[in-house]
Amino acid sequence: MSQFDVQRIRHDFPILKEKIRGKDLVYLDNAATCQKPQVVIDSIVNLYTHDYANVHRGVHTLSVRSTDKFEGARIKVKDFINAATEKEIIFVKGATEAINLVAQTYGKANIKAGDEIIITAMEHHSNIVPWQMLCEQMGAVLKIAPINMSGELIFDEFEKLINNKTRLISVVHMSNALGTINPIKRIIDAAHQSAIPVLLDGAQAIPHMTVDVQDLDCDFYVFSGHKLYAPTGVGVLYGKQALLEAMPPYQGGGDMIRKVTFEETEYNVLPYKFEAGTPNIAGVVGLGAAIDYLNKIGMDHIAVYEAELLSYATERAKRIGGLRIIGEAEQKGAILSFVLDKIHPHDIGTMLDSLGIAIRAGHHCAMPVMDFYKVPATARASFAMYNTKEEIDVLMNGIQSLIEVFG
Amino acid sequence: MFDDLRDLYQEVIFDHNRNPRNFRIIENADKKVEGFNPLCGDRLTLYLQMSGDVIADASFQGSGCAISTASVSLLTEIVKGKTEQEAEELFKKFHEMTTGKDEDFNLEAIGKLAVLAGVREYPARVKCATLAWHTLDAAIKNQQQAISTEQ
Repeated sequence: MSQFDVQRIRHDFPILKEKIRGKDLVYLDNAATCQKPQVVIDSIVNLYTHDYANVHRGVHTLSVRSTDKFEGARIKVKDFINAATEKEIIFVKGATEAINLVAQTYGKANIKAGDEIIITAMEHHSNIVPWQMLCEQMGAVLKIAPINMSGELIFDEFEKLINNKTRLISVVHMSNALGTINPIKRIIDAAHQSAIPVLLDGAQAIPHMTVDVQDLDCDFYVFSGHKLYAPTGVGVLYGKQALLEAMPPYQGGGDMIRKVTFEETEYNVLPYKFEAGTPNIAGVVGLGAAIDYLNKIGMDHIAVYEAELLSYATERAKRIGGLRIIGEAEQKGAILSFVLDKIHPHDIGTMLDSLGIAIRAGHHCAMPVMDFYKVPATARASFAMYNTKEEIDVLMNGIQSLIEVFG
Repeated sequence: MFDDLRDLYQEVIFDHNRNPRNFRIIENADKKVEGFNPLCGDRLTLYLQMSGDVIADASFQGSGCAISTASVSLLTEIVKGKTEQEAEELFKKFHEMTTGKDEDFNLEAIGKLAVLAGVREYPARVKCATLAWHTLDAAIKNQQQAISTEQ
């Protein structure tokens, strides 16, 4: 671990010094949202202190400075996921809005009654509901590719769902409830053999690994900034330029137009066609700062370190009697979802909180996954690059103790 | 290790969680209402057998956290033999106690339900304790549809 100094990284995150109920904070709810490094916080303060005005508007100095920072962040995102051009980077509120955007523009233009959309049984509600809404509007059919008890996509069953009615496949890159990393290259290859576009929901995957959209050849990739050490309220829709060009706009308003009369409106070019209204300028600038920070550390180093954390946590969890891990895919990101015999996840959550440990207890916005495992909820510890093995020890000792208390 | 939680997780609560009282179905119950907390997946069905306006028998089925299980278990014990009006008054008091607006709330007036007063300090857990009582309220008011904490 010579290239990866977790203590130095922890030092960059001021919130990690917080005391919770008198104890050192152990923040293990990173799949819900992750904490922000000082450089991201500073980037927002600096923008508002020195450079802030509206973007793409005025000729005055501050507007130019704001626009430079805003558009500079777009290029950082483009490089971060290796898109072909910054025209393919659309700023949205988050992954959820990005999926809704594709459903309501690409979907409405290309999907008609009787057509089919394929998702998987491990999707977050944000990759289920927008498609259900579209299917209801258009009379299309949503097909669900099943998973096995390990939480892995059953690839043969997925392939069987592809037919000449399939118009779109939308799949989670990494599951938030199970940690499963899907075989996205195989999925995309299978889809493209039938010329079906693929959307990847990258909300969970993006902070944990290198993503190269050209190498993957995915048609759409969506993610949220707040899970990537950036502020809330900003996210990215990547789409292949040809697809985005052909899509109708999403919302109407300022910035997305080239010329407006009361008779007709001429839409702006990419990416602005999809960015109506004043955008989340500070959020975008913060996202750019987060990407700079991550590039310095290196996504590949992060992936190696987090894999070590996950394997340590898994090994320790397996030694606890009465603990059942939910989601044991062979390809898995740094998420440990579990249930305890006769102890409800909410009790686990409250008890661990009293020890300063933040985990998630609930259905993780993936109720169909809970139904599949026949549990009302799970407890979930999700790791980030700033977590340590010592914190995992605190978690595991806490679980052991609460089992004793419940007796 | 969990000293801070002693007010929330009292021994009585662990006891009711381990051995819930009246955990059974009343066949042909006069009133049967489902309560659901979609945030945590807690789900319970409350059964009431009436004798005039007196609750002759109360029972429940379902699964939830220790707080919600203990709360509904205690409820079935305490409402037995009470009139609908008495039960509704108890619900009102319980609600006042758990939502914690009245700092001088008289815990003695609520008897053994006072063991659930600890949720006042844990806003995220108040609904766990009140789900059972909202379900009872719906049953008394003869609402047929399932009730949810998120309406």
